[in-house]
Amino acid sequence: MNREEDEYVPQHFLISAGSVFAAQGPIAADVRIRNGVIAEVGAGLDPGGADVIDAAGCWVGPGLVDLHVHLREPGEEHKEDVASGSAAAAAGGFTAIVAMPNTQPPIDSGHLARFVAERGRQAGRCEVIPAGCISEGRGGVRLAHLDELWAAGVRVFTDDGDTVADAGLLRRAMEYIAQLGGVVAQHAIDPGLAGAGFMHEGIVSSRLGMQGIPAEAEEVIVARDLSLVRLTGSRYHVQHLSSAGAIELVRAAKDAGLPVTAEVTPHHLMFDHEVVATTDSVYKMMPPLRTADDVAALRAALRDGTIDAVATDHAPHAAHEKDVPFEHAANGVTGLEWAVAAVLTTTDLDMATLFDRMSVRPAHIAGIGDRHGLRVTSGAPANLVVIDPTTETVPTTTLSQSTNSPYLGERLRGAVRFTMLDGRPTHGVAATHGAVAP
Amino acid sequence: MRHFLSTETATHDELTSLLDDADAFVEVLQRPIPKVPALRGKTVATLFFEASTRTKMSFEKAARALSADTMSFAPGTSSLKKGESLKDTVLTIQAMGVDLMVVRHEATGAPWRVAEWAVVPVVNAGDGAHQHPTQALLDCLTLRQHFGSLEGLRIGIVGDIRHSRVARSDIHAFAILGAEVTLIAPPTLQPLDVTGWPVAMTSSLDESLTELDAVYVLRVQAERGGASVFPSFAEYRQRFGMTAARLAVMKPDAVVLHPGPMVRGIEIDADVADSPRTLVLRQVANGVAVRMAVLFQLLGGDRHE
Repeated sequence: MNREEDEYVPQHFLISAGSVFAAQGPIAADVRIRNGVIAEVGAGLDPGGADVIDAAGCWVGPGLVDLHVHLREPGEEHKEDVASGSAAAAAGGFTAIVAMPNTQPPIDSGHLARFVAERGRQAGRCEVIPAGCISEGRGGVRLAHLDELWAAGVRVFTDDGDTVADAGLLRRAMEYIAQLGGVVAQHAIDPGLAGAGFMHEGIVSSRLGMQGIPAEAEEVIVARDLSLVRLTGSRYHVQHLSSAGAIELVRAAKDAGLPVTAEVTPHHLMFDHEVVATTDSVYKMMPPLRTADDVAALRAALRDGTIDAVATDHAPHAAHEKDVPFEHAANGVTGLEWAVAAVLTTTDLDMATLFDRMSVRPAHIAGIGDRHGLRVTSGAPANLVVIDPTTETVPTTTLSQSTNSPYLGERLRGAVRFTMLDGRPTHGVAATHGAVAP
Repeated sequence: MRHFLSTETATHDELTSLLDDADAFVEVLQRPIPKVPALRGKTVATLFFEASTRTKMSFEKAARALSADTMSFAPGTSSLKKGESLKDTVLTIQAMGVDLMVVRHEATGAPWRVAEWAVVPVVNAGDGAHQHPTQALLDCLTLRQHFGSLEGLRIGIVGDIRHSRVARSDIHAFAILGAEVTLIAPPTLQPLDVTGWPVAMTSSLDESLTELDAVYVLRVQAERGGASVFPSFAEYRQRFGMTAARLAVMKPDAVVLHPGPMVRGIEIDADVADSPRTLVLRQVANGVAVRMAVLFQLLGGDRHE
């Protein structure tokens, strides 16, 4: 990161009276930030001319890390761009986000990855880490420029939006990426079983006469891929896990010691397929919303750690791409700004578990654990978030360019009060030009 | 009723009221001048985003028999080809001045979207494999004419239930009016989950035949998907085809219905199709009358004219 190129003005902040995710565990303390790093953690610190952020009743911890965000740049800036997407991320408490490579063109070579990272630095709202394609052009045929991508800082490799269906190609990708040290992340939906399906195959799809995607479409890919993990030793990450069956596969693989991790989206924690009965396209995404039993299993697996991370799969689409019949609508929902609230509302995680699943573990998976996902200790980079875990809100606006969010109008518990990237406020207080951000 | 989109949420009273009005319009259609001025000055637009001949003609005939003007939209020659969205198309047609829209669309739920966008009443003329409620009305009218009532009737629906909007509409309408419905299909054409549906399900037509008052034969939808859903047409006919031998073992007053178009020699043999116990042409004639009833009720026509 070329932070020295930024117009960085050293500042002095004191986050006071919060419950702090510190080295020894949650403690009641103040946190002093000077010159981009955490200077001091302790009770009753002297403000000493600092800008004071009142964190009474709030949780203070490492900035959140999102393993799965679609920023749409380059190529689809009518939906979102790096600046608007990372602004929404900062408002959601994130200090690092992994940008999915299914842009136009796809991020399958070094200069494209560098472009995305550079746009992130220019926006300055959070660290934008490009993920790279597994296959050239996401075509599923030839390997992408994996060495170039690695040199450009890519640590997460995925053809997200499509499954790497060819087991031979995936095996070679795993062998190569394992040697580099990266992680292979899979959008796990068997294309044959999914067919031209639009929603979860079950009672609601049967009623609507809509073609469905069985949960087994996820299970068969995860099961196959786990065999390839045994074969290659590669790190493997299951993206947007949606089904109880696939959770059991991940659990068994972890018990067997395989280097496997998994993420769940906030919307799969919150909604089940019954909402699709309205045929409202805001509920259309891949994988589809599944049953109430799947939702319960996802919540339990996030609590017990079988699922390592919450990742938003923030997927902006313009109004005209969603204001169409369900079957014709684009897949995906936005959610960066309400991820914490959706997780607290649905799972009631305690502070330590929330920071573990939304910061510590995703930072390690993304290979940025040296600067993100760190417990709040003096000397650490000041990538921080202040979360109010009790306030109830009904979101009505967004910083994203797109409004395809299922959370707008939903009553949620929890709010992000303040976000700081390298000692600079990015949300909540004096974010730019001394103005108070929304 | 603001719109007529589905039988799933209809009530016994609503369906009966529509059928009663349809009975009156059956009489109108038999007059020397088969036309009433009930909807004079109103404009009915038929928006068929999916190809259809009979349903579109039936709605247009119904509108004209009520003295409404009609406008039609054909996707093949339209601005949709130029990239216009469905929403813009609907709002554009509405801006020309229409009083009701009849919508057929390949996508489930499309008529509901149109009903959100438009200010005029919307009639669902078929959405995906979801609903086709005026088909259900004409089927109910045909059975009511023949049996006097649907109460207690045993009706078997045979064929591609999974992909059939006709079946999804009929099941609810038949059940609301008191019939017992059995779905008869090979496993790959049965709906995947019928929890909560007012039906029984079997894969044996022959075991059900003798108990049924009516067999509703669905068309084998060869054009859907192209995926292989049963071994061959010959094997399909062997197990699920409505043959003369099968008709012969049914109750003497049992009847056969079909939504059309029929594929003779596969789901229905020619001699069954042409049998007086097959009510297909009565269904088609009734289609005009039930659509008149729907248009009449939604547009608040004057009952005394």
